[in-house]
Amino acid sequence: MDAILLQILNGLDKGGAYALIALGLTLAFGTLGIVNFAHGALFMLGAFCAVSIQSILTLSKKVKDESVTFFDAYKETPYLEIWFPEIGPTIIDWAVPLSILIAIPVMLLIGLAMERGLIRFFYKRTHAEQILVTFGLAIVIQEIIKANFGANPIPTAAPDIVAGSANIGSLVGLSDNIVYPWWRLIYLVFALVVIGGVFAFLQFTTFGMVVRAGMHDRDMVNLLGINVEKRFTIVFGLAAVVAGLAGVMYAPILPPDYHIGMDFLVLSFVVVVVGGMGSLGGAVAAGFLLGILQSFASTNEVKSIIPGIDQIIIYLVAVVILLVRPRGLMGRRGVMED
Amino acid sequence: MTKKVLESELFIMLLFAGAVLTMPLWLAPIGAGYPDLMQKFAIFGLFAIGYNVLFGLTGYLSFGHAAFLGVGSYAAVWSFKLLSMNVLPAIFFSMIFSGIFAYMIGFVSLRRSGIYFSILTLAFAQMSYNLAYSVLTPITNGETGLQLTLNDPRILDAASSNGGALPSPTLFGLKMSGFEGFYFCAVLLIIGFFIALKISRSPFGLVLKGIKSNQTRMKFTGFNTRPYLITAFVISGMYAGLAGSLMAVTDPLAGAERMQWTASGEVVLMTILGGVGTLVGPVLGAGIIKYFENIFSAFNDRSLHEVLAFLPDGMENIVVTLVRPFVGEGWHLTLGVLFMLVIIFLPGGIMQGIDRIFGKSKKKKAAEAAAATARMGEEQHG
Repeated sequence: MDAILLQILNGLDKGGAYALIALGLTLAFGTLGIVNFAHGALFMLGAFCAVSIQSILTLSKKVKDESVTFFDAYKETPYLEIWFPEIGPTIIDWAVPLSILIAIPVMLLIGLAMERGLIRFFYKRTHAEQILVTFGLAIVIQEIIKANFGANPIPTAAPDIVAGSANIGSLVGLSDNIVYPWWRLIYLVFALVVIGGVFAFLQFTTFGMVVRAGMHDRDMVNLLGINVEKRFTIVFGLAAVVAGLAGVMYAPILPPDYHIGMDFLVLSFVVVVVGGMGSLGGAVAAGFLLGILQSFASTNEVKSIIPGIDQIIIYLVAVVILLVRPRGLMGRRGVMED
Repeated sequence: MTKKVLESELFIMLLFAGAVLTMPLWLAPIGAGYPDLMQKFAIFGLFAIGYNVLFGLTGYLSFGHAAFLGVGSYAAVWSFKLLSMNVLPAIFFSMIFSGIFAYMIGFVSLRRSGIYFSILTLAFAQMSYNLAYSVLTPITNGETGLQLTLNDPRILDAASSNGGALPSPTLFGLKMSGFEGFYFCAVLLIIGFFIALKISRSPFGLVLKGIKSNQTRMKFTGFNTRPYLITAFVISGMYAGLAGSLMAVTDPLAGAERMQWTASGEVVLMTILGGVGTLVGPVLGAGIIKYFENIFSAFNDRSLHEVLAFLPDGMENIVVTLVRPFVGEGWHLTLGVLFMLVIIFLPGGIMQGIDRIFGKSKKKKAAEAAAATARMGEEQHG
């Protein structure tokens, strides 16, 4: 029982990341009809927002270490600690949550620039050409990051206060064995909040209503005299922000390197297809579902029955779904069914 | 009359064979006239020709062709280990195995089209890659890669010991290294090109092109398109297997990284860069990418300064700073930018560029009309 709960938790945080990326992909596809292979790169850019904020905050100079007396010893001390001895260390400690604030405008700008600068010229082209050009863009972004940050993963720490593990079991009155890292719990909650925010935005605002109407019948909304294109551009920016936030918060879980985006992209595409192209709810549900399935498949009990299943489970599910249910779990009838 | 001659198979084949076989001569001035690199041209040329049989003729964008390359490599190395160091059985088994593998994947993937097909092939390729790294280690030797060892059985030529050293692949005793290796690959490239030429001009090829421009119409005219698609998929998978086995011939080692989806991306890049659906385009694209990879990735700060020494000092430093990110380690950046530019401005690749320069306006218009119908067809589906 404990083991099962733990596996579900394990699956949920990864599922949260899949769901966030898949949500952005679906937003872009549902509104603009764009198959965006550069979406993983946006996730990676988010993670590198956290990395760069951390390295800016810890810009340091060599200061003489007074505690060593018999020779001249120097140690690196961040400027922040020199200037503000009181709160400097705390700010540095909270680098990742702080980067969220920076990442939102940055990712929005990147998203808008991408849509206006490249993607809008590809509305009328085939899906194959969209895939190819965004694939090229993903390579370019990836290489720029590699040139600036190197090829190695860069560890980015979560604040000290949440560094340990939460004893969830005793918190909710179950067995003491259920222990889970705080940051992953926070990630899960964060993912749910962001997803909830996006849905609320689409459901309860006028802007969201227009967007939903536009996804359903773009020409009709256009005929009613509403500039749908402009709003869709903003939605693309929003999708970039969602991917970026997913990346920022994932940095403490998995030290980001330049190809983290590609790794997640392939899986997220599979998630989108399983959920149903163009269905936002489907993307989220499939994200969590596949995350949990993957974590169950990597338990030793399952692996001893079917060796290697943990490596392929997601793809296997996708293949089966695509063949028996062409429009995915929750896809609308008639949207991309062949 | 001249046009007929120019488009005749004999003329094209003579021209192509001549160009390939004299590669050591005309590539020498640009520093590419050594066998290792030319062998790469030939191998990736074959891979791209095969990919073009699927993508160029039918328009199905596969992101999983690296899996067939990998299967081909593994089959070839196993043939070296178990049977003989002769390259012919290795190539034979590679093509058979990758063909069977392609049939299985194609049988399932081709139930869907468009982006779903791309994702299905991608999923299968990733599955093969992940399995090759984990459970299939007894067959693939996992991360280390499959290698020859001294105590391999090699039933057919066990007697010929190599004095304690690892044997190298041969063609009935002729060592497959240096120029012999290149000419062997070159001959296969020419044969592969001839088959692709035959395919694209056969009724079978016409059906494939028909599927590309409008599959629904093809179905309404009474064609069951599925067997044609599967055949095209298997053929292109066998080309990939052949390329994989030739990689194993040049260096008898097979690793799972050959199966990763970025490797599939590379062959897509080659095909697009050269020109999708054209005959020579993919070979050209493969050659250009491999050539520039070789040249560009060799640059570092010092060699850049040497090359640009003719500029005034201040200018030289500026140019070096500007160019530096694009060469050496950053070669993939150049590749990405180039690729985007090609897709945006020249979707038909280099071949379209050549056509434009030499103004084959009539053909271009026809091609554009065909592309427009294809696009309309796609929109109606979507």
